Amino acid sequence: MMTTTLTARSSNTDRTMSAHPSKYSRNNAIYARRRFVNGFNMTASLLAMGFGLFWLAWILYTLLAHGLAGMNVDVFTRITPPPGSEGGLINAIAGSLKMTFFGTLLGTPIGILAGVYLAEFGERGWLAPATRFINDILLSAPSIVIGLFIYEMYVVTMGHFSGWAGALALSLLVIPVVVRTTESMLRLVPNSLREAAIALGAPQWKVTMYVTLRSAKAGVITGILLAVARISGETAPLLFTALNNQFWSGMNQPMANLPIVIFQFAMSPYEDWHALAWAGALLITLSVLTLNIIARWLGRQKTQSH
Amino acid sequence: MTEQAIKLKVKDLNFYYGNFLALKKVNLDIPAGKVTAFIGPSGCGKSTLLRTFNRMFELYPGMRAEGEILLDNQNILTKSVDVNMLRASVGMVFQKPTPFPMSIYDNITFGVKLYENLSRSEMDDRVEWALRKAALWNEVKDKLKQSGNSLSGGQQQRLCIARGVATRPEVLLLDEPTSALDPISTAHIEELIHELKQDYTIAIVTHNMQQAARVSDYTAYMYLGELMEFGATDDIFTAPRRKETEDYITGKFG
Repeated sequence: MMTTTLTARSSNTDRTMSAHPSKYSRNNAIYARRRFVNGFNMTASLLAMGFGLFWLAWILYTLLAHGLAGMNVDVFTRITPPPGSEGGLINAIAGSLKMTFFGTLLGTPIGILAGVYLAEFGERGWLAPATRFINDILLSAPSIVIGLFIYEMYVVTMGHFSGWAGALALSLLVIPVVVRTTESMLRLVPNSLREAAIALGAPQWKVTMYVTLRSAKAGVITGILLAVARISGETAPLLFTALNNQFWSGMNQPMANLPIVIFQFAMSPYEDWHALAWAGALLITLSVLTLNIIARWLGRQKTQSH
Repeated sequence: MTEQAIKLKVKDLNFYYGNFLALKKVNLDIPAGKVTAFIGPSGCGKSTLLRTFNRMFELYPGMRAEGEILLDNQNILTKSVDVNMLRASVGMVFQKPTPFPMSIYDNITFGVKLYENLSRSEMDDRVEWALRKAALWNEVKDKLKQSGNSLSGGQQQRLCIARGVATRPEVLLLDEPTSALDPISTAHIEELIHELKQDYTIAIVTHNMQQAARVSDYTAYMYLGELMEFGATDDIFTAPRRKETEDYITGKFG
């Protein structure tokens, strides 16, 4: 009944509107006010978004312009040069890749295990809440503090800077991210799934391994990728752990890496070093962007399958 | 029903959620090889009672059961009964379909592998047998390697039933197994219950009175944690002894 009247009216709205103010004209004071407030807030949010995007676009534009200008084959084939001569970034790229790889390799298993404990076994007692609290602190701790910690614990003990020290510092940044995402992804797994496995007489570790963790797999991998994205641009924890190196080096020696080479080259007065710094910055940004896109894509796969 | 063999005997069962008494002195005999339905309004303790039969409640802190539940004359509430072994012989199917994140084949073998060491061909046979029992074989026989999540809701629920019977339990607990399904899938599963009762003792919780009348041999009406009336389904639905039961069944209440 209602719907038929409405459709009938709306079909000749144009005519009735112009003839005389119908029931549907906008002359209600409360409604007018609401429209005004809506319009005002909408404009304000759009302006705020535009403001934020403007700077971001500017940064990206500058980065792209300078970065692409500094990009050439040498960047990927030659090691960092002394001022005034030709060279590239290959030792820094390799160093960053190695330390990120080992940092992730060390941090991920610990992170996943801790996340599993928090989500699956930590229901009772004080240990899980305490761990969660400390993990949250670690998650937001300034990364330079982590670097300082590894400096004291590892670099001072061993007597020299090294790639391992850098990887260790990075792994400490990986752990809290992975713990947090693993726990929250496992918590998204419906309890009914756990109960169903337990009802078959499966021991808890099997339920966790084969049912819970498996159904949260995409989410956990997303967490790892986000952690990799986070550490691949970190400078502070590498400053006094891996330090830097003009040449190729093993994990047991001071090691070149992109963030610190960028820092060193950008601060220098030399034009060709500046160009390399821009190229390095572009490389890091592009790899973080790629990682984030993959992580998002995986995250979407996850939500679609459920 | 005195001449019936009793599979599960509940004696003076009290159940607590913390301090709240959720089951009050429940006494009940569930006969072997029959379907027993539990009906009653939400929160009356039907599911709680069902979840004491496989000690599912122990997963959560603050819940405890007092009294005795005798499965083949052995009290399953004592600590000497291994809870995993108990659950292997008392299977359970839940309200929502819960396929594991693995292939249809692996969904079935997951439970079997926990307690039996079968050869490849024996396992294939067992999977086929379980899927046939659940009336799902013809629909999935060509896609056993596909994910269990790829099935429709009704098929997923039958997969869960197949998973539940694959371990060859003695008792099958069904907790509102069709409440999330459409009428056709529901009909499938009700037929299945008829089939299954030849080999298993079945206890089913349902909110659907017609379903209880259709599938069960015995019916228990529960209200506020008490077992109000228990008897042959025909008697309960045609000549209930208590006024409350009649009101609930006829829809005057609940």
